[in-house]
Amino acid sequence: MNQTHQNNAGAGSGSIKSYTTGFILSLVLTAIPFFLVMNGTLSHSGTVFCIFATAVLQIFVQLHYFLHLDTSSAMYWNLMSLLFTFFIIFLFVGGSIWIMHSMHYRM
Amino acid sequence: MFSGLFATYVVMAHNYAGGPTGKELFNLTDALMETMLLLFSSVAFGLGMVGMHKGNKRMLLAGLAAALLLGLGFVTMEALEFSHMISQGAGPQRSGFLSAFFTLVGTHGLHVSFGILWMVVMMGQIATKGLTGPVQARLVRLGMFWHFLDIVWICLFSIVYLMGVL
Repeated sequence: MNQTHQNNAGAGSGSIKSYTTGFILSLVLTAIPFFLVMNGTLSHSGTVFCIFATAVLQIFVQLHYFLHLDTSSAMYWNLMSLLFTFFIIFLFVGGSIWIMHSMHYRM
Repeated sequence: MFSGLFATYVVMAHNYAGGPTGKELFNLTDALMETMLLLFSSVAFGLGMVGMHKGNKRMLLAGLAAALLLGLGFVTMEALEFSHMISQGAGPQRSGFLSAFFTLVGTHGLHVSFGILWMVVMMGQIATKGLTGPVQARLVRLGMFWHFLDIVWICLFSIVYLMGVL
């Protein structure tokens, strides 16, 4: 799909096809949550779940098709550092929210 | 940095201090419009980069110009949204929720603005220096910056706008 041609910034390059695929997938994954919220077809928790599911999917679609991240050896360290970043963000955001909610509850 | 701002926003999201809530303030059609502008801009930049790797200067410049104009459209819409909210008395000083909102969305908007400035500089470099190695490397970095801003916007419209009106 995309030849991970290396250049001095360690980023791969895409093709018209990879950008078009990513674009169409992103459009669909944007349309679904907006439609659900605007029409209120699902229950509250169902809508929240769909918002998060489509957002996470769209992040992966854009990382893959726009930033050409994949499991090839050329991208291995980019992928590993990104996964580590996600882990830190999870600790940071999740931990902050947890602490502040428990403070709120106790006060 | 954005993860810190997101954490702050989520914690503050219900501290309305008797002021307006997201449900009253946010216009989802505008948010969808902004999302589309940024997505089209990201793709336009990507297609420009395909041109660069082919050595096609015209395709690269066309992609950059399209990305730049769409990015400008995004910043303009956001600025109008901000000024409309402030004129309604829903400025950042109104409540904890609005302080966090303006900080988070404003920081993203500022990044997009600097991305636009960077694009203008790169178009100048392409015109004067041509597609040299350093110019191409700078364009690749700008591309990563621009695509990441779109990824941050996915989190933004999901958590701030969609969850805000729910």
